Amino acid sequence: MEERVHNESEALLLKPERKVGIVGYGAYVPRYRLPATEINRIWKGDTGGTPIREKAVPGLDEDVVTMSIEAARNALLRAQIDAEELRAVWVGSESHPYAVKPSGTLVAEAIGAVPSVSAGDWEFACKAGTEALVAAMGLVGSRMAEYALAIGMDTAQGRPGDALEYTAAAGGAAFIIGPAEESLAVIDAVYSYVTDTPDFWRREGQKYPSHGQRFTGTPAYFKHITSAASALMEGTNTEPSDYRFAVFHQPNTKFPTNVSKMLGFSKEQIQTGLLSPVIGNTYAGAALVGLSAVLDVAEPGNKILVTSFGSGAGSDAFAIQVTDAILERRGNAPFTQDYIQRRTEIDYGMYVRMRRKLAK
Amino acid sequence: MENPRHWRLKKQRYGLVGEECPHCHEKLFPPRDVCPHCGGEAKEEFTFSGQGEVYSFTTMYSAPAGYEEYAPYTVALVKLEEGPVLTAQLTDLGDDEEVEIGMPVEMVTRRLRSDGDDSGILIYGYKFRPVMK
Ligand SMILES: [Zn+2]
Repeated sequence: MEERVHNESEALLLKPERKVGIVGYGAYVPRYRLPATEINRIWKGDTGGTPIREKAVPGLDEDVVTMSIEAARNALLRAQIDAEELRAVWVGSESHPYAVKPSGTLVAEAIGAVPSVSAGDWEFACKAGTEALVAAMGLVGSRMAEYALAIGMDTAQGRPGDALEYTAAAGGAAFIIGPAEESLAVIDAVYSYVTDTPDFWRREGQKYPSHGQRFTGTPAYFKHITSAASALMEGTNTEPSDYRFAVFHQPNTKFPTNVSKMLGFSKEQIQTGLLSPVIGNTYAGAALVGLSAVLDVAEPGNKILVTSFGSGAGSDAFAIQVTDAILERRGNAPFTQDYIQRRTEIDYGMYVRMRRKLAK
Repeated sequence: MENPRHWRLKKQRYGLVGEECPHCHEKLFPPRDVCPHCGGEAKEEFTFSGQGEVYSFTTMYSAPAGYEEYAPYTVALVKLEEGPVLTAQLTDLGDDEEVEIGMPVEMVTRRLRSDGDDSGILIYGYKFRPVMK
């Protein structure tokens, strides 16, 4: 059936031919926390403010693969489908454990989705996860597949003493996309906004990323998120007051707070999904783990606006509406806050050991 | 390099996949194709729930080759709720989690070690952690 495009801005949206949504979702945040004051103690002589309170640090035996496996298992518990029904397992990250060898195949094998499945990794800095999510919507929306799994997960590292060390954290979430009728939340539309912007990068062979200092704010993060979210609202004929919740990429506490104000969202709308103050910047996982925290408490009928940001640069904005099915299925797996409250504080010395910063 | 062996074991090791005996219905781990309970042939795959409890445990302060960077760590005999007992490392213990006999634990898939130096494959497998909630 032909869908009529009502206006020019609607024509710019990404909308699948058949309606799709989130059939299952699952979060993962590792248990260790490094307080930002520890970084100040080591690098700033205990002076100065901090961009967040503390960040989540992975254990020695954790990486993007193990964290993705747990988030995916949680998503399967909520979806109530067999892993063999998945036709895609896609992992978006900038910290895949191998330079060559996909994380997707390992995750697919561990959850029991092999061998009749497409698997692979997505890269687009902090929006690699939402990039995979949009692709999964396409796969299901075109009826190439009934179910597709998209994951955004990172174990981000900052150079010791660099501003990024305060916030570069570990965590993320997994989403199973399926037909709207089976969904806990329907994704009405997506809008993607991309330009070539050199705000943050890492060259091949470099362990730590580089960034364009002050260039990361206005022309990168704020420009892309406001453009994407505004275009999405224009195309879907909605405004901030239509959304019960909003989630923005969260590299710190200040950026998402300010961008939400610029767009006309209240503190109350962003509070539930704003996790960076207590887990840090989980890069490709950031917007998605915020969404999982919102889905843990949202009521049927609630609308959610999610906008990611990836350096390089681009934003994906999603208009999501929660369905009745969420009430009976979200209790099947641990909530995002269960992971956040499972907390063991570490000092800088233990952090150096856990993140293998002394390794040659 | 022992890639072929790791490759053969991956199913049981990543996802706790064992067997169920079609004759006496005992659950078997690791998979062994002959049921130790009734002697019958057992080749039906069975995926364990991953729930169990600590049967006994010990802390390793000097680790065998390949595991040095993880020491000290705790190894336990875990009794799965379906019956079998297996040996596994405990993880995510934090400061506040005192390991005790009978402590409920759940399976997670984690990095076990790297095969050889930094250029070798990463070996993943099951470990157990205190039940989350
Ligand atoms: Zn038997």
